[in-house]
Amino acid sequence: MARSTPARKPVHPIKSFFVGEEPMSNALWGMVFFLFSEVMFFAGLIAAYLALREDALIWEPTNGGEVLGAEFRPVLFTILLVASSIPMQYAAFAIRTGRRRALSIASGLVFVIGIAFLINQGIEWKNADFGIGDGAYAATFYLLTGFHGAHVLGGVLFNGLVFLRSLIGQFDAERNTAVEAATMYWHFVGLVWVALFALVFVSI
Amino acid sequence: MAAVAGTYASGPPVLRAYEAILSWVTTVDHKKIGIMYLVTAGIFGTVGMAFSLVIRTELAETGTIISADTYNQIFTMHGSIMIFLFLIPIAQGFMNYAVPLSIGALDMAFPRINALSFWLFALAGLLIASSFLFDGGSAAAGWTAYTPIASNSEPRIPGLQGNLDPVGVGMDLWLVGVLLLGTGSTVGGVNFIVTILKMRAPGMTMFRMPMFAWATLVTAFLVVLATPVLAAALIMMFADRNGAGGVIFDPNAGGQAILWQNLFWFYSHPAVYIMVLPSMGIVSEVISVFSRKPIFGYRSMVLALLGIGLLGFIVWAHHMFTTGGVFLPFFMAATFLIGVPTGVKMFNWIGTMYKGSIQYSSAMLFAIGFLSLFLIGGITGIFFAAVPVDFALHDTYFVVSHFHYTMSIGSTFGIFAGAYFWFPKMFGRFMNESLGKIHFWTTFIGVNIIFWPQLMLGLDGMPRRINDYAANGGWETLNMISTIGAFISAIGMLIFLFNVVHSMRWGEKTDKNDPWEANTLEWATTSPPPAHNFDEIPYVTSERPLFDKRWADKQPDAGGHGSGGATAPDPAARMKG
Repeated sequence: MARSTPARKPVHPIKSFFVGEEPMSNALWGMVFFLFSEVMFFAGLIAAYLALREDALIWEPTNGGEVLGAEFRPVLFTILLVASSIPMQYAAFAIRTGRRRALSIASGLVFVIGIAFLINQGIEWKNADFGIGDGAYAATFYLLTGFHGAHVLGGVLFNGLVFLRSLIGQFDAERNTAVEAATMYWHFVGLVWVALFALVFVSI
Repeated sequence: MAAVAGTYASGPPVLRAYEAILSWVTTVDHKKIGIMYLVTAGIFGTVGMAFSLVIRTELAETGTIISADTYNQIFTMHGSIMIFLFLIPIAQGFMNYAVPLSIGALDMAFPRINALSFWLFALAGLLIASSFLFDGGSAAAGWTAYTPIASNSEPRIPGLQGNLDPVGVGMDLWLVGVLLLGTGSTVGGVNFIVTILKMRAPGMTMFRMPMFAWATLVTAFLVVLATPVLAAALIMMFADRNGAGGVIFDPNAGGQAILWQNLFWFYSHPAVYIMVLPSMGIVSEVISVFSRKPIFGYRSMVLALLGIGLLGFIVWAHHMFTTGGVFLPFFMAATFLIGVPTGVKMFNWIGTMYKGSIQYSSAMLFAIGFLSLFLIGGITGIFFAAVPVDFALHDTYFVVSHFHYTMSIGSTFGIFAGAYFWFPKMFGRFMNESLGKIHFWTTFIGVNIIFWPQLMLGLDGMPRRINDYAANGGWETLNMISTIGAFISAIGMLIFLFNVVHSMRWGEKTDKNDPWEANTLEWATTSPPPAHNFDEIPYVTSERPLFDKRWADKQPDAGGHGSGGATAPDPAARMKG
């Protein structure tokens, strides 16, 4: 006899994680362990950043450029990115009870915030008066913000997909794994940015 | 899909070949992907072995046959190919093939991601190998790619000398290739974790899992947590070489060479366990089956695996004792600690064999060979954990011999054991046992002739990574003996390759699903298994479901309480019984 597959019920990842009421799907577990690896990736970059900042012979940009601080615009967009976790989670909650319209609106909003953040990052890079070869700060600045930006881009594409699929009506209370996965990923991207912003912009 | 299987069954041979190739290239079946891993990694391993013969030929006598540059490339690629393209992926091959079967799953959790992992590995392998086609040849900085040898920076600080002989495009191809490989094995690791945690057969609790599945789970966690750190380091090195000008890793330009070593070994020490733990899992299965006994101390075996996995993350700096940049007492103590879980495993294997009725099949011989080689390697490892000894022996042939005994030859013996053990399951035919035994003795004697003299050379102070040595140093005889050993074990390898190819076509057929009378679920299905693995999902009540099944079948009242064996019991019958 093949294993019977019970009808899918709405999955509550937190509850199922802690209470075990409803098993979390394989795809979401996959996302959890994938995020483990992402954490270690950024841990590697951050470790290098800290080690270099501690001991580098040359830290400040060697071309005389200025170290970037927590100015108004980067702070604003940091708050926006982190706050966008709220509509993202709202989208996930909404589709668990089958509210497709709320899902579309919320995920569309998060998509737009993500793009705005990327544009802000582009401006940041354009305004920076140093290149990647101008000292340890410059190199790690571009690597850290660049790889975080790449992850935001990944999240934006993921959210865009969720948004489009929600418009077509592919999600409902029973089928919403992609929304849950995108939510997890987006929370992670926001959290990493908090750490990076504190290190690279604030504690400088 | 261009062609459904069998569309061209009666067509011309060209179309049939096309269909056969297509069925492999487009497959997402874990068994086919596993076999593709084994074949591809086997090819790379053979190339790596050919490189080792070049190295040994060069070192057999004083004087040089190839240029120093070529020698650097050859030993770099020998290490890189053997580690990244042979040992890690060939273990993934067995994990892919056997783990879903042995836990009663229908496939991996993410079959398409599984295929992605394989193709990333294959393409990255070609990328690394292609570096020989470019000007300047392949990477030549050793498999550890230490800076500043691997850097190509201009001097940034007045008075400092830049790297005068920058390593060419081969180094960049190496970085990108290893990065792709790492990405593939990271997502593969996620795949294994979810498969093992979520897709076990009914009744199979964590502590009823086969030892090989446990070894795979711990390996997968090591892969997922360690490989991304290497990825970060590789990316920074790539940036350093192409734009950043060495400010991160190249001390000539203001970077930190020790930082590279820390990041590299934070991955590469766990990677040693990524290479050896699957072999330990295979050996646990093989020894249990061919001693006709359950594994001794199952729970302590699992805890030892977890202990090795955890400790593996806090000992990386023992590779860097002589740099003066690490806190010696901590890393020395932690390294000694790793001897404890490893010793537990060693005694449990011996305990499993104790008073068993041992069958000396080829697989069992290789498992016992693993034990003895790993013991030599492990004890020389304990030498190195002591800082003063390490200071004396660092970068000598003692190190070369030590890590070959453990992770290279040791792991490969586990792989060979797995090959003889699972071959009947993969192809429905046995490998030739006589050839297998000749293979074992040739290889076992050969590798000891290679590496025992290298221990002595190391104690005598012969440094590693040299392409020539003085004639009056007293190293010539031992080097010549070592080279002879290399050619003896190469003969063993040829015998093995012949045996594989021959047995695939003409080997003795297995007459039943479970020719070895083994313990684990992969033997409950046909050989080779159908695409969907199991016609009947087995129900598991212990860590040896097939033993239970055989035992139940032998009971006079077969059909009574124990008759369920490895099939799902009817709940109503259970209530009554």
